[in-house]
Amino acid sequence: MHIMEGFLPPIWCLIWYIIAIPVVIYGIKQIKSLVDEYDEAKPLLALSGAFVFVLSSLKFPSVTGSCSHPCGNGLSTIFFGPAVTSVLCLIVLVFQAIILAHGGITTLGANLCSMGIIGPVAAWFIWKGLRKVKINFSIAVFITAFMADIVTYIVTSFQLALAFPQPTFISSLITFLGIFAVTQLPLAIAEGILTVVIINYVLKIKPDLLEKLHIINKDEVPTGDN
Amino acid sequence: MVDYKQIGLLVIVAILIILPLAMFNGHGEADGYFGGSDDAAGEAITQMDASYTPWFESIWEPPSGEIQSLLFCLQTAIGAIIIGYIFGYWNGLRKTKIEK
Repeated sequence: MHIMEGFLPPIWCLIWYIIAIPVVIYGIKQIKSLVDEYDEAKPLLALSGAFVFVLSSLKFPSVTGSCSHPCGNGLSTIFFGPAVTSVLCLIVLVFQAIILAHGGITTLGANLCSMGIIGPVAAWFIWKGLRKVKINFSIAVFITAFMADIVTYIVTSFQLALAFPQPTFISSLITFLGIFAVTQLPLAIAEGILTVVIINYVLKIKPDLLEKLHIINKDEVPTGDN
Repeated sequence: MVDYKQIGLLVIVAILIILPLAMFNGHGEADGYFGGSDDAAGEAITQMDASYTPWFESIWEPPSGEIQSLLFCLQTAIGAIIIGYIFGYWNGLRKTKIEK
């Protein structure tokens, strides 16, 4: 989903920056008040950021014959919501833009909007909705992480189609969706499953923390027999 | 206690990764397989709008594929060590709590 350095016209770079900056500022404020209130949230925050680091570094082959990478943004969306996720994704995107020439400084705003903001926001609404209808916890996690990943790539396709509507916006969108979204389908499934595995483990060893942060309800705390 | 559900899920992930490798076995980068989708998008842009020239270059680029894979490994290692550390720390806390 990384739009390469210089591959977005300056006006679009600016627009995505303007959208991204307030969200990141709000996210930093949220993190501050979160760790002020719950000191124990720090490891969970670090865990979520580390998960983004690992998943976005792994380039998987896909059934379309090209390679792409998962995002890892679903986990922190479930734990902390989209604004905090945008801050964690910013760290990874800056790391990749500066030392890996992956993505870029000019396209940072656009890449942050897809991976750190719009993908997580969509997933956040889906997560809240699934929790309301009381669907099985693991399935809700899977769908949320899957959507965070796939929406990220759909947004990237839209961003490129908006900037390069040649010959038409629709044809351009189809081209980019073909490159990104189709390749991403099996990877989003893999990301969904990996997120379930991680959350299941956190649920097993640290259920009290998840309950404290209102991620799970009291009746979902597993009774510790193992 | 071995958690078979977790292991089963990880096996599915492994299958998802191995499947494309098996499907396109024998192909390689030379005939257009297993390239990155980011680069494919860059090529698509150049095809759609031949006059477009990237207006900004990366400040620094890893000088070779080897160096790039080194730096990607660094990224993975940073993430993995944090995850392992925190899981180990929490698990230790839980074990001492159970023993008490």
